[in-house]
Amino acid sequence: MNALYHWLYMGGYGVYIWSAYGLLFSVMLINGFGLKWQRRRVFRALRRWFKHQ
Amino acid sequence: MWKLLYQFASPKTFYESSGRLSAVLILSALVLLGSGLVWGLWFAPADYQQGDAFRLIYMHVPCAFMSLFMYAWMGFLAVLLLVWRIKLAGIMLYACAQVGASMALLALVSGSIWGKPMWGTWWVWDARLTSELILFCLYAAILAAGRVIQNKEQGDRMIAVLTLVGLVDLPIIHYSVYWWNTLHQGMTLSLLAKPKIHTSMLYPLLLCLMGMGLYAVSLVFMKTRYVLLIRERRQSWVRRLVEGAPL
Repeated sequence: MNALYHWLYMGGYGVYIWSAYGLLFSVMLINGFGLKWQRRRVFRALRRWFKHQ
Repeated sequence: MWKLLYQFASPKTFYESSGRLSAVLILSALVLLGSGLVWGLWFAPADYQQGDAFRLIYMHVPCAFMSLFMYAWMGFLAVLLLVWRIKLAGIMLYACAQVGASMALLALVSGSIWGKPMWGTWWVWDARLTSELILFCLYAAILAAGRVIQNKEQGDRMIAVLTLVGLVDLPIIHYSVYWWNTLHQGMTLSLLAKPKIHTSMLYPLLLCLMGMGLYAVSLVFMKTRYVLLIRERRQSWVRRLVEGAPL
């Protein structure tokens, strides 16, 4: 538990390090979800377009 | 090689092959990035000057490198579009700009976060930082131009021209630490010189670099595929694909 605390503390730089990596993981998650939504939007739009053809 | 390029540039071939390739790329990226981050954040020793703050290198350097790599790739795609009229290159340009912009933003923000404890400031108008900010602005301009122009083919050509104009920023970013007296440190990694960091810190950095590279490339492929479907909607293979796809 002590080792984990020291690791998270990162010699006093923990706030900086974890906020930066938190941003990285958030962007990666947003990209992942963004692709999923993009696929859904594209297929929906194309189905509508083919229906009206 | 050109025959291969033309084959791969066929929209249907690209859609099918990139689908298979993206899955492999994203899995490899997650494994490499995961192992690089675990190694760098847990096992690598602290720096004698910066302490644990140096661990931001495992995010900052890969993002910065990918922001430059994406733009260089865009330059190549711009030439393919304008000279050889390969439509797929135009579609991929916009996807590269989206990924490159996010990489540039992450590099700037992580650099700023790193700068606060090390330099005592969030920002300084240093050559490297300023030229990277210009690169981000170039990406933003390209994305805006792509959205605004209604005729997509015209939009692709405009983005291609903008990309070629902005290519001059890449050597400026790369050599800024040598040409000017900058606060930003010199290159840690170089193709021709010995690396300036110990191997215990270098190897996780290389893993993160490769992981981020594969991640960015897989994102570009996946984004390009969906735009390709819209552009090629009059083709029968798109209709067959969409009608056969799960809801």
